[in-house]
Amino acid sequence: MHSFGYRLNVLLTFAVTILALMCAMASLSDNLNTPSPSAEIQIMNINWFQKQPQGNDEVSLTMNISADLQSLFTWNTKQVFIFVAAEYETPKNSLNQVSLWDAIIPAKEHAKFWIHTSNKYRFVDQGNNLRGKEFNLTLHWHVMPKTGKMFANKIVMTGYSLPEEYR
Amino acid sequence: MDWQGQKLAEQIMQVMLLVFAVIAFVAGYVLGSFQMMILIYAGGVTLTTLITVPNWPFFNRHPLKWLDPSEAEKHPKPQVAVSSKKKATKK
Repeated sequence: MHSFGYRLNVLLTFAVTILALMCAMASLSDNLNTPSPSAEIQIMNINWFQKQPQGNDEVSLTMNISADLQSLFTWNTKQVFIFVAAEYETPKNSLNQVSLWDAIIPAKEHAKFWIHTSNKYRFVDQGNNLRGKEFNLTLHWHVMPKTGKMFANKIVMTGYSLPEEYR
Repeated sequence: MDWQGQKLAEQIMQVMLLVFAVIAFVAGYVLGSFQMMILIYAGGVTLTTLITVPNWPFFNRHPLKWLDPSEAEKHPKPQVAVSSKKKATKK
């Protein structure tokens, strides 16, 4: 500690090391949080249901998505990324997951919401398997932290199905 | 800084940084504000820098006693052995 530069170096190094420890503790504190999210998706309308020229089925639907994700937020949460995926089985693929809509929730106040929207991303099958298809709608979320570990989970909602004939 | 001052500076620095870190973390957690934790800690680091890094007078209360010049002249300085060194390098 014999010179100005030496003391400044020691101070800065120690301060940054302690900062890293504080961030690790902040991330660990996220494990104390027990979230209790809820969500509901209603399909209001099948807008159209066609076979594309290339041979793949495509659906456009309007959904009413409502959710309360406020319990996911902690003091160490930067934002929550959510997306809705349609999941179903075909002869070719045991699991198909097609993302229909997503959003970023920047703060706890915005985490309790409902939205009436058509699918943001196109619901296209690999093939023409969608007629009369039963599918799940899953709401996935990624809790993105300010520092440390990201937590991801989902709610699976079953019981949706597509029409038997093209419209 | 003298030796005692350096030791004091190191101790003050370590204690202050740790104390501010604890205060900052607890405050941030209780208030639910990550930003508050960072602000309190940044303030603490700045304060610690101002107190321990510059060469303040209170770090020099036990100055080293260097030998008085008049006393030093009374004793012969040790001679550097120049001739034997030259022989060694030429080999």
